[in-house]
Amino acid sequence: MAKQPQKKKNEVETTGHEWDGIEELNTPLPRWWLWTFYATIVWAVLYTIAYPAWPGIKGATPGLLGWSTRANVAAEIEQAEQANAGINERLASVELTEISEDPELNSYATSAGEAVFKTWCAQCHGSGAAGVQAGGYPNLLDDAWLWGGTIEDIHTTITHGIRNEEDPDARWSQMPAFGEILPPEEVEQVVNYVMSLSPSYEPKDPALVEAGAEVFDINCSSCHGVDGTGDQFQGAPNLTDAIWLYGGDYATVKETVINARFGVMPSWQGRLDESEIRAVATYVHQLGGGE
Amino acid sequence: MANTEPEAPPSLYEAREPIFPRRVSGKFRNLKWAIMIVTLGIYYITPWIRWDRGPSLPDQAVLIDLANRRFFFFWIEIWPHEFYFIAGLLVMAGLGLFLFTSALGRVWCGYACPQTVWTDLYILVERWIEGDRNARLRLHRQKKLDFRKARLRVTKWVSWFLIGLATGGAWVFYFADAPTLARDLFTLDAHPVAYITVLVLTLTTFLFGGFAREQICIYACPWPRIQAAMLDEDSLVVGYREWRGEPRGKHRKGEGAEELGDCIDCMACVNVCPMGIDIRDGQQLECITCALCIDACDDVMERIGKPRGLIDYMALTDETRERAGHPPKPVWQHVFRPRTILYTVLWALVGVGLIVALFVRSDIGLTVAPVRNPTYVTMSDGAIRNTYDVRLRNKHGEERMFNLAVKGDPSLRLQIEGTPYSAVPVPADSTLQQRVYVTAPARSGPAMSERVDIRIWVEDNANGDRVYKDTIFNGKGN
Repeated sequence: MAKQPQKKKNEVETTGHEWDGIEELNTPLPRWWLWTFYATIVWAVLYTIAYPAWPGIKGATPGLLGWSTRANVAAEIEQAEQANAGINERLASVELTEISEDPELNSYATSAGEAVFKTWCAQCHGSGAAGVQAGGYPNLLDDAWLWGGTIEDIHTTITHGIRNEEDPDARWSQMPAFGEILPPEEVEQVVNYVMSLSPSYEPKDPALVEAGAEVFDINCSSCHGVDGTGDQFQGAPNLTDAIWLYGGDYATVKETVINARFGVMPSWQGRLDESEIRAVATYVHQLGGGE
Repeated sequence: MANTEPEAPPSLYEAREPIFPRRVSGKFRNLKWAIMIVTLGIYYITPWIRWDRGPSLPDQAVLIDLANRRFFFFWIEIWPHEFYFIAGLLVMAGLGLFLFTSALGRVWCGYACPQTVWTDLYILVERWIEGDRNARLRLHRQKKLDFRKARLRVTKWVSWFLIGLATGGAWVFYFADAPTLARDLFTLDAHPVAYITVLVLTLTTFLFGGFAREQICIYACPWPRIQAAMLDEDSLVVGYREWRGEPRGKHRKGEGAEELGDCIDCMACVNVCPMGIDIRDGQQLECITCALCIDACDDVMERIGKPRGLIDYMALTDETRERAGHPPKPVWQHVFRPRTILYTVLWALVGVGLIVALFVRSDIGLTVAPVRNPTYVTMSDGAIRNTYDVRLRNKHGEERMFNLAVKGDPSLRLQIEGTPYSAVPVPADSTLQQRVYVTAPARSGPAMSERVDIRIWVEDNANGDRVYKDTIFNGKGN
């Protein structure tokens, strides 16, 4: 204000404090303000009676209204589950190939599947589904599939697992440890040949590769195919593509040939219900490599 | 110990003194009536104005659609990412308040503030029911609650409550389709939040307009305090020409009337004041510059044959000039000052900026988020693939086909997840989240690089509008 209040009739008291001619007024507070203050105190007391508030030895007072965040969350989860019951039932009952053709179902399955994946699958396959090469956990984003990349194949794999002794329906295969079968020089030869199948490889010794072709034909082609393109019925990887499950350097491939590899995956039926398995299968199928 | 009792300290608390403003007429009162009709009219009518936006969008001209996160204002539609328009309007409102305050004092408080407008309306209703100042004073002093007093009080409170209900009711119409919500409110089908909002606003309007009134301005509102920094000695405020009015006194013949000033101490200015102050005491925190005392005093001056303007809009500099016998500065010199010009320029700059932004904004849009988990995927043929989460915005009222393309290296190929085509339909007035792959063939430049700058283009097939976003492509390096 340009000037201080100049109440002539009711001169405002000052506190008596003055600095450089500036006086501190002692303006009385409006009485309704005081009553509002008392009202907030009453409100606070009633609030602590109605809601959980006072800490005790075993926990806070529960409050007369019985309000609890845990109960609220449980109610919200219950509500969400009820709301999703219909679509979950539909997801569990339609033909697998029909899921992606129904936009609503597809969108629901993808979102729900992502949540399932992040909870149960990310530990091995990574949160981005890129797998872990050092552990032989397959990358699910690419277009290479050990046991098939159709929605049905993925569904079977998730339901029963791979090389899972607890589930008789799990798919099974075992690569022999060729270190006990082949002499070391033939191992060297076949490693060179296998590496030459991959498009990214430039052979150093054509003679070794040529010799390796014969070894491959006798020992490996029954599973990996005469041309090395693998066999999804047996989970035998395609050796001619650019993707290596355990790594494509010489030492790793040699290790694979000598000691063999076989990754395992648990079965998820029993732990996840059918709609969850289908949701996560749909999610994996649409990650960019589904067939 | 001294023998004398210490003087009792003044009370720490003060009861509100009821104010009974008297009816007044004049040019400022008429202006206030006009502003009240216009502002209340805008407030109550706006939600009912219809505006056709096609079948998929609401047809309410002004709608804050919180559920779908849209703000509709006639032909303008604001999306959440365009919130800067709202922020810009708030900046303009702030600068406008600075401008008007530095030029015309608390003109906002006196004429346009909802607290003032609704209080004015409540006082009008009060006057219709209980009579003018003297009748209301009598009723107030009457201790006994007889039938007449009870009837008048109940009628007044019910009327106030109904106005409050209409006020709170109108508020919620800005947030939902007004005709639908109005029907739902009456049939008790509306959402509890609507009822709670209406109730809260009804009660606050009832309380603030009916009982709290000037207490809100004096104790609750921060603006009277902020304006201290906004006003200066050139701002036009309501003031009393003390040099002309004093010494005040009843002009009775033979009592030395010739020595008195123009003020006849009739208390007209005090009786009409909704804030309960005496403007003759000078500038006060309580004064909202509603100018009703000017109307009241001019009326009196005219009747006693003195010049008008004993109480008038004036600047503090004029007061000293006039006291010294000089004419006051012309009004334009008070209004056009470097300070007000600066505020106007800033205000206009923000306004022009907003208008330009409104016209250049695109009706389509995209954001691109490269997926970094993992940064790239090796395909079985050795190609390197990057994944992008793309959000496609279609602000049109109908579905549009958006064509996507990648530029940066001729070897790169773009593929939309879930479709073999290069275009994807985006539903009307919505954002589509779409996964997009960009693939570089094995051993190509981008595949063997650490990273390559690329540009993702989106083209609206219907009209050829194009927008792009720059992003990166991660190769596997060497």
